Amino acid sequence: MGGNVAWLATGSLARREVVRFLRQPARLIGAIAMPLIFWLLIGAGMGDSFRPSGISSEGGFLHYFFPGIVVLCVLFSAIYSTISIIEDRDAGFLQSVLVAPVPSWTIVGGKVLGGAILALGQGGLLLALAPLLGLPVAWWALVSTFAVLALIALSLTALGFVIAWKSESTQGFHAIMNILLMPMWILSGAFFPSQGASTVLAWIMAINPLTYGLSLVRHTLGLDEPSVLERLPSLEMSLGVSVIFLSVMVVWSCRVVRSRSRINR
Amino acid sequence: MKRLAVEVRDLQGSYGERLALDGLDFEVGSGECFAVLGPNGSGKSTLFSILSTLKQPDSGVVKVLGFDLLESPDAVRRSLGVVFQFPSLDKKLTVFENLWHQGHLHGLRGRGLRERVSSLLSRFGLGERHGERLETLSGGLARRVEIAKAMLHEPKILLLDEPSTGLDPRSRRDLADLLFGLGRESGTTVLLTTHLLEEADACSSVLILDEGKRVAMGTPDELKSQIGGGVITLESIELESLRKDLSQELRLEGKMVGTGLRFEVEDPHEVARRLGEGFGERLDLITIGKPSLEDVFLDRTGRSFNGSSAQPGGEG
Repeated sequence: MGGNVAWLATGSLARREVVRFLRQPARLIGAIAMPLIFWLLIGAGMGDSFRPSGISSEGGFLHYFFPGIVVLCVLFSAIYSTISIIEDRDAGFLQSVLVAPVPSWTIVGGKVLGGAILALGQGGLLLALAPLLGLPVAWWALVSTFAVLALIALSLTALGFVIAWKSESTQGFHAIMNILLMPMWILSGAFFPSQGASTVLAWIMAINPLTYGLSLVRHTLGLDEPSVLERLPSLEMSLGVSVIFLSVMVVWSCRVVRSRSRINR
Repeated sequence: MKRLAVEVRDLQGSYGERLALDGLDFEVGSGECFAVLGPNGSGKSTLFSILSTLKQPDSGVVKVLGFDLLESPDAVRRSLGVVFQFPSLDKKLTVFENLWHQGHLHGLRGRGLRERVSSLLSRFGLGERHGERLETLSGGLARRVEIAKAMLHEPKILLLDEPSTGLDPRSRRDLADLLFGLGRESGTTVLLTTHLLEEADACSSVLILDEGKRVAMGTPDELKSQIGGGVITLESIELESLRKDLSQELRLEGKMVGTGLRFEVEDPHEVARRLGEGFGERLDLITIGKPSLEDVFLDRTGRSFNGSSAQPGGEG
């Protein structure tokens, strides 16, 4: 019975995240419009003058950039949804969950699941726009990419959870976001493949877990030219690293919750 | 022997580096309305955090309905309904939804939960508001929802941290009525922390806390009767010489408190009459009062409740 209550609580906390989000329409517009504008402005503006190595054909950069933009959308919405942890802590909501007779991991479960559903919804919506934007993507590629995005959404929300839990304030959270998460995205292969980068950058890109998440998206979406795909980590390797990244982040989230502010048996 | 709701033995707890609770002992009987009264920094918040299972004590024993806090925290959590000082309600959700989610945290669900929420809301006078978002409710109503939320799983003990903070006087009275009603009707034990003398005065028992130590405990009447029949406060421009003269001629030993001179006496009216006859011309103001919990605090700690220190007799 104890396990049932924990899952009931997890589901309830996740649902709360979704309901809260739907009642703040500005968040939805921001989460979809921002990446789209990024894609159009940067993609179209830079496409002519900037051509990463390995990309040959005309309009190639818009195609190359699209998977990166989808991942950016997932990253932003995953991370933003975890800011609510800081708000919940400053109000009393988090305490009221901590004094309930449920295991600490239900807090991680509820927040990460709720945040990931939101991130996946927004990333998925952007993905579904691909045919309308004139990008040649097969429907089955969209479906498999959606599944892959779920994996990425869960890991990034868990990452956001750890950062938010340790942040003193929302300002601190934003600072970390700018110095850690934006570079993490830029150096994931979203803008340029690691082959053209300097040795140091190539190394950072190789140890960046998001590189493998994005590589997974490129493999499943099939929008990139074979010359780009050939140089990426293999599908198996990308999937393996992404699963390990998710596991590490979830375990870490559970640990930070247990370490703080509650009597545990 | 009365059944104990809460038992605390030799409790020590820190707030950061500082020792906030220094060997605290007390017990709360079942069905009592028990106030922990203390000024800011007395250790109330640390005590609340420990009792609500959020904070590990340094040492000592805490039992709630016989369950040891450290050994079975989840059994303690099931026994407690906790109302925090800061609102724990989600403003974007409706009154009903807030309680609905809370029910899930306690394993309640489905029709049983729906009925429980409805009956609780109508009992708390919130039946009409169940579909409204929290952000549209007044502070007093929101506090009611907060208490309804804590009572949802029918806890035996309701634990509240400074419950009337931020409420206007009328909402405070409503809240007090509600809390005492809970005790009378369902036998719920109410344990609250407060820095408001009148809030503590309305409870059946009071623990006065100062610098992490218990300075007094009992019913408000017991505590006040220990002070004597009454309290007289004098104001005068020649307070110092007056104090010496009163000590010699009437054997009245006063304490300087703020701008006044204060006496605890058995028969305040008789003393006031003698003061008026013998020293009337030297007095600007003479006040007669029944002892309050503030006087109890002053008597036990030598400091006034709001912070200004009393200067005991002889040292001036």
